[in-house]
Amino acid sequence: MNEPTRPLPRANELDTQEFWAATKNKELRYQQCDGCNTVVFYPRRHCTGCTSGNLTWKLSKGFGTVYTFSVVRQSYHPFFRGKVPYAVAWIELEEGPRILSNVIDVDDPLVDVQISMKVELVWEEHEEINIPLFKPVD
Amino acid sequence: MKQRDAAIVGIHEYQSRDVEGKVSALQIKAESAARALEDAGLSWSDVDAIYDAGDGGGMNGLTIAEYFGLKPTVIDTTNVGGSSYEFHAAHAKRDIASGKANAALLTYGSTAHSNARAIGVGGAGGAGRHPADNMDVFSGMTLVANYAMVAHRHMHDYGTTSEQLAEISIATRCHAMRNPDAVRAMEDLEFLDIRETTIDDVTNSRMIADPLHLLECCMISDGGGAVVIASPEVAKNCRKTPVWVLGSGEATKYPQAGGDITASAGAYSGAQAFGEAGITPAEIDIAMIYDSFSITVMVLLEDLGFCKKGEGGAWVEGGRLRFDRPSDGPALNTDGGGLSSNHPGMRGIFLLIEAARQLRGESCSQVPDAKLAVAHGNGGMLGSRHAAGTIIMGRD
Repeated sequence: MNEPTRPLPRANELDTQEFWAATKNKELRYQQCDGCNTVVFYPRRHCTGCTSGNLTWKLSKGFGTVYTFSVVRQSYHPFFRGKVPYAVAWIELEEGPRILSNVIDVDDPLVDVQISMKVELVWEEHEEINIPLFKPVD
Repeated sequence: MKQRDAAIVGIHEYQSRDVEGKVSALQIKAESAARALEDAGLSWSDVDAIYDAGDGGGMNGLTIAEYFGLKPTVIDTTNVGGSSYEFHAAHAKRDIASGKANAALLTYGSTAHSNARAIGVGGAGGAGRHPADNMDVFSGMTLVANYAMVAHRHMHDYGTTSEQLAEISIATRCHAMRNPDAVRAMEDLEFLDIRETTIDDVTNSRMIADPLHLLECCMISDGGGAVVIASPEVAKNCRKTPVWVLGSGEATKYPQAGGDITASAGAYSGAQAFGEAGITPAEIDIAMIYDSFSITVMVLLEDLGFCKKGEGGAWVEGGRLRFDRPSDGPALNTDGGGLSSNHPGMRGIFLLIEAARQLRGESCSQVPDAKLAVAHGNGGMLGSRHAAGTIIMGRD
């Protein structure tokens, strides 16, 4: 029997497909409006700050802080039920966007994950795309 | 109090929380609607406007009208999760005030328990069609974890404790134990050790997603209900005392760079509703606040203005939210709430129903001479994208 796998995004979803395509090259990208500088995240085709906007894809350096988190103890999902306890977190990237992800590479998420701790991007590799996760900054 | 545009004249809460797969959501809606109309002294033929969250699938506004046998001139299928029913009440008030409707019927039915939906801990089941879902799907964030992240940040920023959050759970359980339908619900859903709880009971219960414990999470039941809202002319001839819809507010919030996760859209909808009603939170006797989780109530007590942002923890201490402590501020969720009475997925309609019971003097945990109530629904997820609907209600 196959091991259950992490649920993955649809690579061809029309608003987010460029974001996911960039992850193939291990690039974490976000959009910013040429006209009004609004940072747009999650990705879209239009600017949410002005109506004239042309959005430009920017590259995040992949550093941020844990804005908040929870350690999940119970999940019925076939993949995640085997991963408990694991940390889900809102990561505030240095460039501004807040991304939902996991904090990994810690001995015990109940002890080693803290609000405001510095984290850096680490890629979990998959066939079509890569998944942006975070680990504590050394 | 200024507004006398529309009144709640009929209410019904479907009694069973476990229909064992033998009753459909549509059947729950129709039976609840009939009982609520009877409660008002009205009939199907009096209804000219229907409000339903459209959870029955495509063209739901049309198909549910046919199912009820109605030919309404107003159909509203706004769906903003559990707050849909506060939005519906707001729209019904507006539609009645504008002369487009005379008798509005709000309906809800769900068989979430019978369907064995693991709403809270199901976790990302698969990538959705919406781009936001396509970004979140890989993280394994359960619904409980979403709210838990709000609680964690609230604790971090303001020093709120699990003991303080537990006050919300024990006050609602206290009220539930006085409500025979809530006790039966907990029995039918196989709660263990059904009794009034202590702070220790809550903080010693199993952690589901840090920092939220089992007894800080709502149940998943079957159920439903209906509310009839009518014009002053119709209300005059109804069977029960009218409960006036005095003010309403609607708002939304999304994750944003630099945003404060401990503040909800309730800060905006609440201010609108209190402003329209011309009253202040200090005047409120009954607070029906969507208790999906303990933290939801904590955040909303602050956002609705019962206390300042960050001070909710100290404010709720010492059993302040109980029905028998009326001099300390409002009684919370006197039916037992979603935590201990009824939560079939979208609880908002029960907030209107129990608030109306209190203002009629019909609650199991009646606050003597209750005059003013707030019903606040939170729909979606508090820790990411959510909708807020606030309704202020009062009696003559």
